Amino acid sequence: MGAQMRVYKRRIRSVSATKKITRAMEMIAASRVVKAQRQVAASTPYATELTSAVTAVAAGSETKHPLTTEVERPVRAAILLITSDRGLAGGYNSNAIKQAEALTTRLTGAGRQVDHFIVGRKGVSYFGFRERPVTESWTGFTDNPTYADAKKVAAPLIEALSKETSEGGVDEIHIVYTEFHSMMTQTARDNRLLPIVFEKTAEESMEVFEAARKKEHEYQALYDFEPSADAVLDALLPRYVESRIYNALLQSAASKHAATRRAMKSATDNAEELIKSLTRLANQARQAEITQEISEIVGGANALADASAGSDR
Amino acid sequence: MAELHVELVAADRSVWSGEATRVIARTPSGDIGIMPGHQPLLTVLESGPVTIRTTGSGGDGTVLAAVHGGFISFADNKLSLLAEIAELSDEIDVERAERALEQAKADADAGAERRAEVRLLAVAGH
Repeated sequence: MGAQMRVYKRRIRSVSATKKITRAMEMIAASRVVKAQRQVAASTPYATELTSAVTAVAAGSETKHPLTTEVERPVRAAILLITSDRGLAGGYNSNAIKQAEALTTRLTGAGRQVDHFIVGRKGVSYFGFRERPVTESWTGFTDNPTYADAKKVAAPLIEALSKETSEGGVDEIHIVYTEFHSMMTQTARDNRLLPIVFEKTAEESMEVFEAARKKEHEYQALYDFEPSADAVLDALLPRYVESRIYNALLQSAASKHAATRRAMKSATDNAEELIKSLTRLANQARQAEITQEISEIVGGANALADASAGSDR
Repeated sequence: MAELHVELVAADRSVWSGEATRVIARTPSGDIGIMPGHQPLLTVLESGPVTIRTTGSGGDGTVLAAVHGGFISFADNKLSLLAEIAELSDEIDVERAERALEQAKADADAGAERRAEVRLLAVAGH
């Protein structure tokens, strides 16, 4: 076998091995998307019920709570950025980071200092490489987040919000995550988590809010609060934040798996394409080799014939 | 007989939903019983067992669940029990809860001890 052909054969072997790996990763990601989607769906009833409870308190009482009232002149804002621990997901992480950067610019432009809280190794390493301060970060659970993880993330955020800004507290909490629309579409987006804005948190919360407002016009739903409206709200709002963060973590996980699946699918397709063109080149090399051999033989035979014809004479 | 609609929801799943005639749950100020037509209510839940007297297609019966922290909200004859963790009594592994209780006692972990106790209470039917 010629040297050229051996090189092509070797490359084809290596590309097929890569293709096998990317195909396997595609399959794994596809099965994980389905699982993650199911988890998103399973967590929805809790989020919906909780939102309607929060709305009930907000609409049914005159309580002013630090977690719901807007500060007149916000000084500092926290951004919670959700990325993944592992790459190989196309533009997934860079889109989320880009969205967070845009939000940071917007908030800084409005005269606010920005604290960053980061979930996922990719986001951490992005900030680490640029030597930018990160208030707190978490890694290790982005592929399969549990409610306990969401609680862990929410705790310092809630604590920061209840502190005075002069002592390092924040006035607002924003969250940047990747929304899962479908297998093919996922978009990075930012939401203000607190103080609560009902139009922006989710469509369903908007509906609930509207329904509550309409009801308010008809008759004031007089809720009995046990032990008191303040105490209920105190207990309710951290749970609300946790469930929103949990939902964002789950959606991001589903988006990440979908993005991985798509990236790995195109990698497999590219590998196939590469194998095809390399096979063509290898065939060409083989043909060239054969042609050369034939012409060598023919040339040799002619030379021999010429030589023997000459000696006969 | 009058009925109320109950939704028992945990953070990561919907645990139980259906019609009931009475629901008993534990609040910081003591046990509370809710029957159809109760005044709108929003209360913090203590971790403890929840008893639901059921009616509807499943027939009369009692559903017991262990609930660890959360809320109870009642309006328009609809009761929502929201809990971070909620388990029906027949989902609870008694042996495991007993082991967890011993472990928690050994570690002097009050939270874990309470959780295990609540699970066992729910199974025992109190």
